[in-house]
Amino acid sequence: MNDDPSLAGELPGQGLFLIQEATHVEAHERSEPLGVLFWTCVGWIVLNVLGAIFANALPLKSALFQDYNNINVGPGWHHLFGTDDLGRDIFSRVVFGSRVSVAVGVGAMIIGFGIGAPLGMLAAYKRGRFDSIFTTIMYVLLAFPAIIATIAVLSFWTPRALLKIIIVIGLASVPLVYRVIRTATLNVATKDYVIAAKVQGATDRRILIKELLPNIAPIGVSFLLIGIATVITLEGALAFLGLSVNPPTPSWGNMINESRTVLAQNPWLVIFPSAALCLFLLCLNFIGDRLRTHYDVTEVKL
Amino acid sequence: MLKYVTRRLALLIGIVFIISVGSFYLIHLLPGDPAVVILGTGASPAAKAALFAQLGLDKPIYLQYFTWIGNVVRGNMGTSFISQSSVAGTIRAALPIDLEIIVLSQILAFIFAIPMAMRSARKPDGVIDRILGASSFTLLSVPPFIIIVLLVLIVSIKLGIPHTGPSSYVTLASDPVGNLESLALPAITLATGSFVVYYRVLRSDLIATLQEEFITMARSKGISQRRIMWRHAFRPSSVALLGAASVNIGGLLASGFVVQYLLAIPGLGYTLISAINMSDFLLVQGIVLTVSVGVVVINFLFDFIINIVDPRISRE
Repeated sequence: MNDDPSLAGELPGQGLFLIQEATHVEAHERSEPLGVLFWTCVGWIVLNVLGAIFANALPLKSALFQDYNNINVGPGWHHLFGTDDLGRDIFSRVVFGSRVSVAVGVGAMIIGFGIGAPLGMLAAYKRGRFDSIFTTIMYVLLAFPAIIATIAVLSFWTPRALLKIIIVIGLASVPLVYRVIRTATLNVATKDYVIAAKVQGATDRRILIKELLPNIAPIGVSFLLIGIATVITLEGALAFLGLSVNPPTPSWGNMINESRTVLAQNPWLVIFPSAALCLFLLCLNFIGDRLRTHYDVTEVKL
Repeated sequence: MLKYVTRRLALLIGIVFIISVGSFYLIHLLPGDPAVVILGTGASPAAKAALFAQLGLDKPIYLQYFTWIGNVVRGNMGTSFISQSSVAGTIRAALPIDLEIIVLSQILAFIFAIPMAMRSARKPDGVIDRILGASSFTLLSVPPFIIIVLLVLIVSIKLGIPHTGPSSYVTLASDPVGNLESLALPAITLATGSFVVYYRVLRSDLIATLQEEFITMARSKGISQRRIMWRHAFRPSSVALLGAASVNIGGLLASGFVVQYLLAIPGLGYTLISAINMSDFLLVQGIVLTVSVGVVVINFLFDFIINIVDPRISRE
């Protein structure tokens, strides 16, 4: 694992996929339980996702109502997180803002995995010309920094809407997913049980679904979580630059963007959405990383 | 080696070609007639003629590409119809600021990452390694746009340190010390992101290298710990570090954009976002092209350097 410096190239731009642990640490961690911290993180993610889905049903104040009598109020009983410079309730905006992040995270990864994963598996299984053509294409696309490509496309492809943002970010993530899944499949495709299945005359389809898929699933899932964190960060940066969903719809990124002008008067406006975003990302990264070390059953460490 | 370099060079040319086609096509993503969108509805015939000459809009699309790329290669990326200044000139004025921020941040990142990774690798799973590991993992989840906002909140607003807040950029020519002050927070922000990556990559690579037989050999000869670390372990591990730095370039530029946007530092990022907001599409196109080609070329150069440091790579 560590002898391949190109693995570090899985993510141009974010650097999040550079989580490469020393192999010797993993050896004794595999049999350990996942731990309290892991389940706390899972709980936090579930809570956030439920909050995003059922935000309308929750007894929250309006995220859009502007109360000009209560502008830049600090945290308190009436407004849990205080209000922003237009008198809107920050707590409600943080809860509703999670919708954009969750939608982008899930939507973009559906696109990324939907296209990248089957291609990656096929390329690693078929090898030959199919593999070399697609790997070269993906290599070319990876050379292009994702965030600059998304800024470029979103600045010309107007007007901007959530669906467009999800599509652009999703497509930008395809080469990354392809690369990870291809590498993972390559490791499995040469195993004895795959060869045995081939010798027994199993169809390609059967080998791909029954033999390869279950064995790359753990890596796929841990990468999926880290990938969600990465695309959410990307959306956050775009929103911060004013290139994501249009105001007044709240998102964590555009709330931080809006706080720029009132940084001195109302620091709470930046602190709460930042904390929400960082905690969400931290939990996703932690779960992903923990799963990866937990299921990392390769000979690398033997 | 030569074969490897020619192969990579061919790939580089291919990538640059694809980037140029992509940047060219951006204009056609605009809804409606590009001439109207770029110039507005009340444009003068002279302005329209200039735009048509620049983009070749009256020709079929593949000829438009050749007209456009022909102009770009000659250093003519057109004239902004908003500011009436040349796109190439605007980019030349802004680019050095980005480069300065990146260079400063990389110096900071390496100064901290290399000794800390060595410290961690000496006793993996020790107290220091665990603390550094946990804090670098946490920092991994803090995006640059949050780091810079929090830094501005603390350093320039709470502590009131001059030249660090928004819209207080000082040029290098007018006041070098003030210039460093005004680029301190951007450099720290970019350095934090890079530090985390470099620390983690170098640490795991050093741990792997330190288990090699030649290290045991060096130890048994009685060579000092310090010398083993720098001469025997760091040299081979530096390849991974260079690789990480190479991949990091695109991210650094993007983080630089975010930072400049907040602080109104007139680098490429600030220019880009202002251009987007003013619908100055030719300028946006020019910056996207410059930055993308720049990243790809820098990555190529890094590959080349890595090859010189570790010739095994091209022989595989």
